[in-house]
Amino acid sequence: MLEILELLQNNSRLTPQQIAVMTGRDEAEVKAIIERLEADKTIIKYFTLVNWEKAGVEKVTALIEVKLTPQRDVGFDAVAERIYRFPEVKTVHLMSGAYDLAVLVEGATMKEVALFVATKLATIENVTSTATHFVLKTYKQDGFIFEDRETDKRLVITP
Amino acid sequence: MTVRQWSDYINPVVKSIPPSGIRRFFDLAAEMKGVISLGVGEPDFVTPWHIREACIYSLHQGHTAYTSNHGLPELREEIAKYLARKGVQYHPGREILVTVGVSEALDLALRAIICPGDEVIIPTPCYVSYMPGTLMAGGVPVTVATSMDEGFRLTAEKLEAAITPKTKALLLCFPNNPTGAVMDREELLKIAQVVEQHDLLVISDEIYDQLTYTGEHTCFASLPGMRDRTILLNGFSKAYAMTGWRLGYAAAHGDFIAAMTKIHQYTMLCAPITAQMSAIEALRYGETAMRKMVEQYNRRRRLVLHGFKEIGLPCFEPGGAFYAFPYIGDTGLTAEEFAEQLLKEEKVAVIPGDVFGPGGEQCIRCSYASSVEDLTTAIKRMGRFLKKIGKH
Repeated sequence: MLEILELLQNNSRLTPQQIAVMTGRDEAEVKAIIERLEADKTIIKYFTLVNWEKAGVEKVTALIEVKLTPQRDVGFDAVAERIYRFPEVKTVHLMSGAYDLAVLVEGATMKEVALFVATKLATIENVTSTATHFVLKTYKQDGFIFEDRETDKRLVITP
Repeated sequence: MTVRQWSDYINPVVKSIPPSGIRRFFDLAAEMKGVISLGVGEPDFVTPWHIREACIYSLHQGHTAYTSNHGLPELREEIAKYLARKGVQYHPGREILVTVGVSEALDLALRAIICPGDEVIIPTPCYVSYMPGTLMAGGVPVTVATSMDEGFRLTAEKLEAAITPKTKALLLCFPNNPTGAVMDREELLKIAQVVEQHDLLVISDEIYDQLTYTGEHTCFASLPGMRDRTILLNGFSKAYAMTGWRLGYAAAHGDFIAAMTKIHQYTMLCAPITAQMSAIEALRYGETAMRKMVEQYNRRRRLVLHGFKEIGLPCFEPGGAFYAFPYIGDTGLTAEEFAEQLLKEEKVAVIPGDVFGPGGEQCIRCSYASSVEDLTTAIKRMGRFLKKIGKH
């Protein structure tokens, strides 16, 4: 199962037939495993990792450190939910250390992101402070290097 | 007075050795664009980053000098530990020699033990340099062809039949380049028995030991009575994707290592320190990255075997290395014709099996050290080619 997950995470376009061959399993078995993983949300979604800059689309991403006052019974979860429901918010992690939530926000312009933080995020009850860091360039995301300059340097034929 | 040509000055042994058959294909393929190459005998991974980073750090630290002829003591210690895990103990100070690739180790081994006229038994198909290497050392290569029917393995009977009073050594390479064949412990024990009975030496090239997918790799020197009869060769090229670093080693009884070191110190002197520093990192911390690469080769191995089956190209199941050696005898073409036409018509580069010696004439070597996408496309093109030439 882990092998199938790893293969799909690396290349979600692999067909069950290809995975079956590569892992030495039966195709029907692979299909069933994938269906089960999808059903129980182990596989949450199939993504395409896009380098938007290369596609000519201007996007602004900011990492926002958020400090919270935890609430009785629900801790950080209730506020986190209020935050992650916003479509502008792409990622939310609960952190140890100097702040509580790491929130990744995406917008068309810096102004749009700044406005979102000021009017939506910072004003949520129990949010005590925010610190916004704009992402200047993405070198690597989810294990993939964006502009990998390493190409196959092997000769066409070698012993 | 007869006018001598420059070529008359060349050593006749060197003159008699034909250039590698691989070279011709390299020239052909290099001129073409859009070629998918299944002709590479090296990993498609770049050396894992932590190993490269260790190299950069070693340069920052100013490690740019010669090392001992034997190699860095720390590296020999690590090699000894690695071999101990494979079931054979070597003294890192006296019984291990670090070389410039396994190619140098092989050359040293042959030159250290071969006297003019000594015969070396070489199971074929085999790596391209075994026969020329034997000839250049003054020996006589005696090939023993293995076949697809017997899984390209050497049998004790075939070995026995090839032995003459002049036989000095047996040269083994399992997992094998180009066939991908592996030999299990039982089969090797039978070989070892014959070796002992006839008082032979064994040069065992185990460069692909980590790339064994079916069962456990058996280190020949670890078999009873074989440690001191074996010159064990290994290196970092294949398992750690370090081909260009040119780093290998030999492990054997101290007398053999002393003799090999003599040749090494008067020729190579020592292996490059940068590569040696990086190899220490590879042996100490490279296991995880190496396992990941091996896993991928194994998946691609299955993909290629399945693909060949789909397009109707018979291929025995390779258990190691990263080569498949399918049979093209049914096509009516020679291996060379097949490879040349496939390259010209479908832009897929493979190596004709005959360049690896007897037993390989009706096969082609296909390396699966390529991306899944490239392998899938190459197999499609090969299928189209088979249809075009009227097969399948």
